[in-house]
Amino acid sequence: MEALWFVLVGFMIVGYVVLDGFDLGAGTIHLIAAKTDDERQMILSAIGPYWDGNEVWLLAAGGTLYFAFPMLYASSFSGFYLPLMIVLWLLILRGIGIELRSHGKTSMWRAFFDFIFSVSSALLSIFFGAALGNVIRGVPMNGEHYFFEPLWTDFTVSSNPGILDWYTVLTGLMALATLASHGALYVAMKTEGVVLIRARRIASISWWAVAALTIIGLMATLGVRPQVLDNYRGSFAGIAFPLIVIVALFGMLFFRAKQNDRNAFLSSCAYIVGMLGGVAYAMYPVLLPATTDPAYTITVHNSAAQSYGLKVGVIWWSIGMAIALGYFIYLYRSFKGKVSLEDEEIV
Amino acid sequence: MDNALTLDRIHFAFTVTYHYLFPQLTMGLALLILVLKTIAIRKNDDRYNRAARFWARIFAVNFAFGVVTGVPMEFQFGTNWARFSKFAGGVIGQTLAMEGVFAFFLESSFLGLFLFGEKRLGRRGHWFASFMVFIGSWLSGYFIVATDAWMQRPLGYAVAEDGSVHLSSFWALLLNEWAIWQYLHTMSGAVVTGAFVMAALGAFYVLSIKQIEYGKIFVRVGVLAGAIASVFQIFPTGDTQGKMIAFNQPVTLAAMEGLFKSEQGASMVIIGQPNTAEQKLDNPISVPYVLSFLTYRRWEAEVKGLDAFPRDQWPDNIPLLYYSYHIMVGLGTIFIAITVLAVLLLWRKKLFESQWLLWILMLSAPFPYIANTAGWITAEIGRQPWLVYGLMRTHEGFSPTVSSGNVLFTLLGFTGMYFVLGILFLYLIWREVEHGPTTLLSEPEMNPDGAVAEKALE
Repeated sequence: MEALWFVLVGFMIVGYVVLDGFDLGAGTIHLIAAKTDDERQMILSAIGPYWDGNEVWLLAAGGTLYFAFPMLYASSFSGFYLPLMIVLWLLILRGIGIELRSHGKTSMWRAFFDFIFSVSSALLSIFFGAALGNVIRGVPMNGEHYFFEPLWTDFTVSSNPGILDWYTVLTGLMALATLASHGALYVAMKTEGVVLIRARRIASISWWAVAALTIIGLMATLGVRPQVLDNYRGSFAGIAFPLIVIVALFGMLFFRAKQNDRNAFLSSCAYIVGMLGGVAYAMYPVLLPATTDPAYTITVHNSAAQSYGLKVGVIWWSIGMAIALGYFIYLYRSFKGKVSLEDEEIV
Repeated sequence: MDNALTLDRIHFAFTVTYHYLFPQLTMGLALLILVLKTIAIRKNDDRYNRAARFWARIFAVNFAFGVVTGVPMEFQFGTNWARFSKFAGGVIGQTLAMEGVFAFFLESSFLGLFLFGEKRLGRRGHWFASFMVFIGSWLSGYFIVATDAWMQRPLGYAVAEDGSVHLSSFWALLLNEWAIWQYLHTMSGAVVTGAFVMAALGAFYVLSIKQIEYGKIFVRVGVLAGAIASVFQIFPTGDTQGKMIAFNQPVTLAAMEGLFKSEQGASMVIIGQPNTAEQKLDNPISVPYVLSFLTYRRWEAEVKGLDAFPRDQWPDNIPLLYYSYHIMVGLGTIFIAITVLAVLLLWRKKLFESQWLLWILMLSAPFPYIANTAGWITAEIGRQPWLVYGLMRTHEGFSPTVSSGNVLFTLLGFTGMYFVLGILFLYLIWREVEHGPTTLLSEPEMNPDGAVAEKALE
């Protein structure tokens, strides 16, 4: 049961990153890919009907994590207190940036909210990446499974780490590059004209960053936490994830060369699934490693809710997600195709 | 003040109070917009569609502020109340996760369709989208109230070896009698807010001789909905809740009523100030026997006062509990008076000549917010000193590793950010109000989500 919930929570988190990832990435490249008011409106139109629903995945993933692994939720949320609060503030700023931009007509008003939207999107990407880095590296857990991390200590990977050290900054940059590229491919898929051209260019430059950081990140991870290889040694099934990553990376390159933006974007989705899936596969059954004493590590076994609750959860979760997938398909179909300014003036 | 527990409590109280200013209007308006859209279809009157469109714009701004201030609530269970989460996550995680899976996905998907897709969906399709937005927002309310209800009256749980609680009956959690009545009370409170805001804006339009036609629609729908919801608020939902409190949290009832000593034929206090040092009520004006009757339906029944309970069971802020309860009930009674009078005059076709009542309607918009807030303070201060009634005390629930300095840091951060958000919100709403429903369509930006969408909707 715990293993199943590990997979389901993982599914929710990956779903969040793939979906909200494209609008975070669109925000990150917003100021570069679009220069004029019309062009910026186009990017916002491309994510307009979706971003709120995408962000809901974060809440649903959080709720699912809370109910399946309450002790992990308690420990990690209080331990990551400061970065989570900063994430909350960034989410607030970003939501406000998107919502309020079109409510003012002056270029000052719009420039201000464009800036808020773009900077908060980029910082969120970095923080989410750093969060993943912290989970892989481990935290200074005490015997009660609680900890508290300051934002930084001395930026080394030590027994007294901060949220930010060289390793988590690296994973943060990886996330920034990955989501910027993901967002650029999405924008390319949904727009036309000069924005499309710029988005493609950003995607092709950021591909190199993504590819390089994938290799550097992998090597750094092996240095910081060599145990990540254990599960891969145990069984061959896990090899699927690195294979997905490699195929997806080349898929992005190949489809972009053929100017098939949709498939390039789907390759990017696969890349994210492969990377996060690979991490999850490497970690299992660990949820949050302790750098202090391995005995304090939080695993699916010592943190899961009891089986009655988990069993009931499987029933309603399956029903609820099946219905929700129906909404998403309907929603994405309703607004499919490119957004363009001519369209808007006609309708 | 340099105390993490106190700061954690202020942190949650502040962010949740601020947050709930938005959903109460969202949930109230979701129903009223559905009503407007239904009338538009049944009467085949496009004015109601325009009215619905106007309120959808207000709704969208309000919804966005509700979402961004709502995310911190779920996070805070873990960040500031880690021991509580570890203790009770196995139970309340269920309802919180269900809210995400069942309500938020539904709400956010159909909100996109509702705001962006009127032309695409057609008349009935768009009605359906507004119906689904209504269902989503009301469903979301249920899961949250069910979570709170479990903290007020824990049911359907079992205690594990490590002391934490786990779900033992899904339906006991979900169909907690407390949850059902508290939900009905909360929702009708939200409708009161929505109705009063609608009526107040309508009165403003009529009085300022601007958008009079739509102003009258808003007043009509507002006072009718307001009257129904205000009455429902006292009876049966408020009345039943009072009885549940008398039965399950008798010490809370005593503190709410300012009843320091047990009494037979207890009187109901209208006004008076609790004096906790001397254990009495100063300057009381009260009606004899009424409290006994309302609680037990017998004039002579004994109502237990605070003296009947050990001190460590008393709510820790009796004056605040007492005042918030009395403010809620007092305002609720006034709401009935205002709306019933307005409905009467509407029926006699004299409402729109009665300028004085339109003024009252216009100026009363803030009061349902106060009443709803006071109601929640009553529920949550009344639950003290327990975090989960009878199972976990509040001082046992906060995060052990988060220092007071860090909590104050984020509390100050939220205060500053919410102050700015408040100004932006008022500015945006004021702009919508100034434009009004008729000039709506000439506006270049139809939708609030940053995209230019359908303009010519007819």
